[in-house]
Amino acid sequence: MANSFQTATSTPAQDVTQSCWSCGAMRTAYFCKACGKVQPATPVDYFTFFGLPRKLNVDLAALEKDFYLLSRKLHPDVVAQGSRMEQEWSLQQSSLLNDAYRTLKDPVRRTEYLLRIEGVELEEQSKAASDKARNTGEAKKQIVPPDLLEEVFELNMQLEELRMQKKMGEDDPALLEEIGKEKLKLEEKHEAHLRDLKAYWGNWDTLIEREQHGDAVSPEERRQARDKMVDLLNRRNYVRNLVRDVNEALEQ
Amino acid sequence: MATDYIVGIDLGTTNSLVAFMQGDNPVVIPGDDGSHLVPSVVALDSNGQPIIGNAARNSLIETPERAIYSVKRLMGRGVEDIQQELKLFPFRLAEDLQAGEVLRIKLGKRTFTPPEISAFILRQLKRNAERFFGAGVTKAVITVPAYFNDAQRQATKDAGRIAGLEVLRLVNEPTAASLAYGLDRKQNAIVAVYDLGGGTFDISILKLHDGIFEVVATNGDTHLGGDDIDNLLITIALDDIRGDMGVDLRRNAEAVQTIRQAVIAAKIALSSQSSIRLDIELPGGKRYQREITREQFEQLIQSIIDRTVGPCKQAMKDAGLKPEQIDEVVLVGGSTRIPKVRALVKDLFQREPHTDLNPDEVVALGAAVQANILSGGSEATENMLLLDVTPLSLGIEVAGGVTDKIILRNSTIPASATQHYTTQVDGQANVAIHVLQGERELARDCRSLARFDLRGIPPMAAGMARIEVKFLIDANGILHVSAREQRSGKESEIEVQPSYGLTDEQVEAMILDSFDNAEEDFRRRQVIEARSEGDTILAALDKGKKSPAWGQLTTNEKKQIAKMEKALTAVKSEDDYHAIRKAIEALNQGTTRLAELMMDSAVSTALKGKTMEQADLGEGPSAPHPVAKAEFE
Repeated sequence: MANSFQTATSTPAQDVTQSCWSCGAMRTAYFCKACGKVQPATPVDYFTFFGLPRKLNVDLAALEKDFYLLSRKLHPDVVAQGSRMEQEWSLQQSSLLNDAYRTLKDPVRRTEYLLRIEGVELEEQSKAASDKARNTGEAKKQIVPPDLLEEVFELNMQLEELRMQKKMGEDDPALLEEIGKEKLKLEEKHEAHLRDLKAYWGNWDTLIEREQHGDAVSPEERRQARDKMVDLLNRRNYVRNLVRDVNEALEQ
Repeated sequence: MATDYIVGIDLGTTNSLVAFMQGDNPVVIPGDDGSHLVPSVVALDSNGQPIIGNAARNSLIETPERAIYSVKRLMGRGVEDIQQELKLFPFRLAEDLQAGEVLRIKLGKRTFTPPEISAFILRQLKRNAERFFGAGVTKAVITVPAYFNDAQRQATKDAGRIAGLEVLRLVNEPTAASLAYGLDRKQNAIVAVYDLGGGTFDISILKLHDGIFEVVATNGDTHLGGDDIDNLLITIALDDIRGDMGVDLRRNAEAVQTIRQAVIAAKIALSSQSSIRLDIELPGGKRYQREITREQFEQLIQSIIDRTVGPCKQAMKDAGLKPEQIDEVVLVGGSTRIPKVRALVKDLFQREPHTDLNPDEVVALGAAVQANILSGGSEATENMLLLDVTPLSLGIEVAGGVTDKIILRNSTIPASATQHYTTQVDGQANVAIHVLQGERELARDCRSLARFDLRGIPPMAAGMARIEVKFLIDANGILHVSAREQRSGKESEIEVQPSYGLTDEQVEAMILDSFDNAEEDFRRRQVIEARSEGDTILAALDKGKKSPAWGQLTTNEKKQIAKMEKALTAVKSEDDYHAIRKAIEALNQGTTRLAELMMDSAVSTALKGKTMEQADLGEGPSAPHPVAKAEFE
């Protein structure tokens, strides 16, 4: 049982410092090793919850296996006959488990989450800014990646023309084809950004491994590895928003 | 055997069922008429007493003003949501209903909320189960459409509470169906469940993995089902009648119900035959006659059943799967009996769908499986675990009327999200939060779940307060909110005002109300049963007195029996069933020797040790022993 847990080394979730409320044996962060009873949740980050180091390359098959294994112990169905307290703990633990799994299994969410717990206010740079722009009713004031500037300008012109035509009830197959082609290009770029992001993971993971081996990692090294990913995620979000705009214009 | 039964209930738009796990197999519990299905129809009789199910169906025609069907369509909804419904269904709302208020429906002179009407149906199912077990039933798993929102789920849970049931879990209908199907095939596979019922449509895609049933995506339409087909056929018939005969029957509730039952029968017949002749007697003696071929029927319903395609495609997209990656397709719901629907599913998933289990019963059977899992499981359900998802994204309204999504649809539940809020002005004590459910960008296009105020924030400069609000969707798909001001560590008071729900106080009042009635109903039934049992034993005693065995008793024994006989006769005319039962028990014990003596003389020792009640084998075809019978006469 819990084979894949043993791959995790020296993570707080595995550091047993408390004893089980029910039988007094030593426990993990979520359930008792001796009697299997669910334990009150301790606030931990998602990596810690799964007993994983803060690395971005994750063995998804092992993660899924652990998710199922933990679900069998933590899900509210398991303690349906238990005390009110156990049910409450199970609700907390299984929601944490599900939140953690959902975040870690997705490459982009995983990266965004890691950056956030590493202190990067990602939202400031992308989501919050665009929300604010939307809320004030102004056009999005996102910084256009310089190499996209020309393309975006052209696309916005086309979309404007499309909206006009739709309003007039006109139909221009040539324009639709051009926009379709542009959309395809953007979608490819979106995919390419994901590949690039994965390439950056290695840089980060190397730093973590060095730390695990007791090597010092300078704040500057950390910052550089982080910033590359932040920049890429922002570009990717920008492209994603463009694709969404195109879809909206096409559907209207 | 534990007496603590947990039943599984399918509270359907058209029919409802109750099931439980008998050994390794889930079985449906029949009603006293032997029928598995309890039609979801509620009516009041002339004394204002509720009639439920088959017995209420005639009321739809005879006293339509005191009857209601398809109430599930109204669960958790506000008056502004149901304008379309009101055009098609004979729902009579209370006149003084305000916008934003929980609906109240008129049945005769009284009004009821949808959860109260659903509770009548649940109570009937509860009674059926109690009669079946001969014991009380207080715990249940109830199924809901996967695409039900928070308010609709909460309303269903409220209905359970009003009916005196502790709802241990709300399970999504397609997921429940997959549990019933999964019992005997525990392999690993991707399964799509297509569930087209009376009033709702769901599509769920599940990953089966060593007993874990993981829902990966779900979608649907809570206002799409067989009802829509019926309404279309009714509209056509009414138009025909108006055109051909010049009579407008739209306001004639009785005639509309007659037409409704006829077109439903025609719809069902067209699943097995190629044409059907509608022949309906109208008020005034005229007849409406029309031939409908299956081909015509299929053309008519095409636009309705096509509405299931979009949700199926979206679910596959959300699951990141193509049709060819889906291993099995399961059909659920009565409307999937329509050949055209089956053809559509086959075309959509490029696969012959499974229809092995009765589509009307499979959801209730699955609910029984889940009930078994929750009660600790058995060999049949060992290792089975359901991981379901929330069907709709949860969001918060932010400035500009925009929805900020904090838990995305298809997230495995329980799921949570934490948001931080601050104050806008110095000394601000309250922060208003508007919780929404739905996929649209703008708050006004999403479903409003609740508005609440964070209160009692300690006085601070603007922007200093840091309020952490935790949103948690539980395993039933129901939202819970808690909040804390982090700088002061103070738990903020939250008053969640559900947009379309009953408050706890209202539900409590309804429970008390129904409890009073239920108690009374239960008591009355017990008295009637106890009296009839008393009659049986007294009749048996009369016969015993005429038998030779009577002479073998001592004078004292005879005296004792006479005393107990008198006592039973006396309490029998009163309303205390406890006293009647006690007297029966006493007489039963007191006549044990008489019964033995009678047996001895009749069939030697074969029935020794039996009490009078058991020894009375006379009368009727149930008598197991012909020799004893002869002796008694």
